[in-house]
Amino acid sequence: MSIQVNNIRKQFGSFTALQDVSLDFPTGELVALLGPSGCGKTTLLRIIAGLESADSGQVLLEGQDASDTHVRERQVGFVFQHYALFRHMTVFDNVAFGMRMKPRATRPSEKAIKAKVLELLKLVQLDWVADRFPSQLSGGQRQRIALARALAVEPRVLLLDEPFGALDAKVRKELRRWLRRLHDELHITSIFVTHDQEEALEVADRVVLMDHGKVEQVGTPEEVYRHPASPFVYSFLGSVNLFHGRVEGEAVHVGEDRLAPGKVDLAHGSEVFAFARPHEIDIVVDGSEAGGVAAKISRILAFGVTARVELDGLNGSTGEVFEVEITRAEVARLGLEEGQAVRLVPSRLRVFERNAAASGASQAPNWVI
Amino acid sequence: MAGAVAVLHGAGDQSARFESKAATREPTWVKWALIAVSMSFFAFFLLLPLVAVFVEAFRKGWDTYINALLEPDALAAVRLTLTAALIAVPLNLVFGVSAAWAITKFDFRGKHFLITLIDLPFSVSPVVSGLIYVLVFGAQGWFGPWLSDHDVRVIFAVPGIVLATVFVTFPFVARELIPLMEAQGKEEEEAAVVLGARGWQTFWHVTLPNVKWGLLYGVILCNARAMGEFGAVSVVSGHIRGMTNTMPLHVEILYNEYQFAAAFAVASLLALLALVTLVIKGWVERQAGKSSFGNDDE
Repeated sequence: MSIQVNNIRKQFGSFTALQDVSLDFPTGELVALLGPSGCGKTTLLRIIAGLESADSGQVLLEGQDASDTHVRERQVGFVFQHYALFRHMTVFDNVAFGMRMKPRATRPSEKAIKAKVLELLKLVQLDWVADRFPSQLSGGQRQRIALARALAVEPRVLLLDEPFGALDAKVRKELRRWLRRLHDELHITSIFVTHDQEEALEVADRVVLMDHGKVEQVGTPEEVYRHPASPFVYSFLGSVNLFHGRVEGEAVHVGEDRLAPGKVDLAHGSEVFAFARPHEIDIVVDGSEAGGVAAKISRILAFGVTARVELDGLNGSTGEVFEVEITRAEVARLGLEEGQAVRLVPSRLRVFERNAAASGASQAPNWVI
Repeated sequence: MAGAVAVLHGAGDQSARFESKAATREPTWVKWALIAVSMSFFAFFLLLPLVAVFVEAFRKGWDTYINALLEPDALAAVRLTLTAALIAVPLNLVFGVSAAWAITKFDFRGKHFLITLIDLPFSVSPVVSGLIYVLVFGAQGWFGPWLSDHDVRVIFAVPGIVLATVFVTFPFVARELIPLMEAQGKEEEEAAVVLGARGWQTFWHVTLPNVKWGLLYGVILCNARAMGEFGAVSVVSGHIRGMTNTMPLHVEILYNEYQFAAAFAVASLLALLALVTLVIKGWVERQAGKSSFGNDDE
């Protein structure tokens, strides 16, 4: 089922949770709503489910306005962060609940319910816990039961609110892969909320990045990672080095240092943020190099496949901290050591105008995923 | 209070752990001194009066005891007490559940005011609670003339006693449920609604089973108080023998008339009720402890 939200606004007291959000979720895709806590992603999910009502705007389910449709008629499956399993019911009864609550006319027979529950428990690979109570299960198992319970009413869309948020790192990773496989089997339109960028990039077909109640960018994981549309997206997805600079001709000046980003089509003199990922920066030890930013190595962490070099900015970027990822062979070749003064030359630099970033995009585009 | 119940229940394991470690163990004499102090206090202030009630009740023999209980006025008092409790407890069950539901599941103006109001019967003296009804429904009260015109008696009659009992016992169920339902949050109900459950289905299948032990605990306390209430009922009752006397009032009358054996006989019934209440309460606590134990690791 396709989901469309149009100009959704939501205010909690003086806090604006969502300001004019418009999104199109196509049928059959797994979409991640990604953003820091308080960005409005959970609120948006709850509005789509009908658990929260928007102050203004519409939710269209399959092209029909669902604003006046009660939650129980929306046919959505909702998975809660803390599972929300019925603690006094066995796993079986939990999964059967949705079917048993149907009006007598449409309620399946107890036999049909039993078959369906067992089928779902097999699907989530937990058919052997049917008689247990939720408190006897691990967190990962509970969340899978919660998913089975949500699927039992054959929802047209599956909404997951930080489904792996309460789990430990290892289980989380397992469930992530499992959810992806499950989605590939069922092809049910799904939206899941997360604040974990790795999770979003790994699992989703599309990622919606949100900040301060607004959509910042929509795209495939590859697109949003490779081509961040705003400073927020850039710094939220992966670690990043930030240079505060000013455009002068073709180059970005950071104090008296000069970065050459290749091509900048911003007005002369505009204040900018320049971003580079840790692996997109070269360390130059040659004293004759005039380009790049001066910095002093504060620490070299060389325990992984790549070495991580931490540096303190000098001159114009004093007070800034930078991080560079290079191979260990490179560290040895350059003879880097802690305390050494070097220059950082970005091989790839993304420049954003500072004012535009600060004021934010005033128009709210209708993001089509 | 059910939260406290679970805590109390868990204290056993914790104190055992505390005791078994040399580093945290107190000298033996401290332990025994504390036990001796609390035990002798318990014996003197709680056990002795309880024993005294039964000893006095049976002082003049089994026959006097039975006669005192089977006397028509005593039977009328028992009947009235049961009637009052039978009306007050179900009413407060409904009021308490709806108040707790309203407070924990909805946001509305005046919520804090309502919470404070629920505590009013606890904070005000029972005599005042009784007087309120006399002022409102009494012959000289606001509705007095209208009521007497329509030949309805509230004060110095059964309705007054029921009203006073309902008022005094109102907080028990609500007070018990509010913290419990607050701690459980709305998520399970939301899950039920998303799964297609209607309002009453959600209440019946999800909310109620989750609070049943707390609810039962509240009902037991409510019942104990409803049967034992003296002050408020005394003001509105008028002490008409065989008509508007509840058990506690009957005990007082007998005592004032120097019929000690009879007074203690009826009192022993109330004491027995208290003991039965304690036993049931203990059982409920254990059940609640069990079920909350299973859910603590959520």
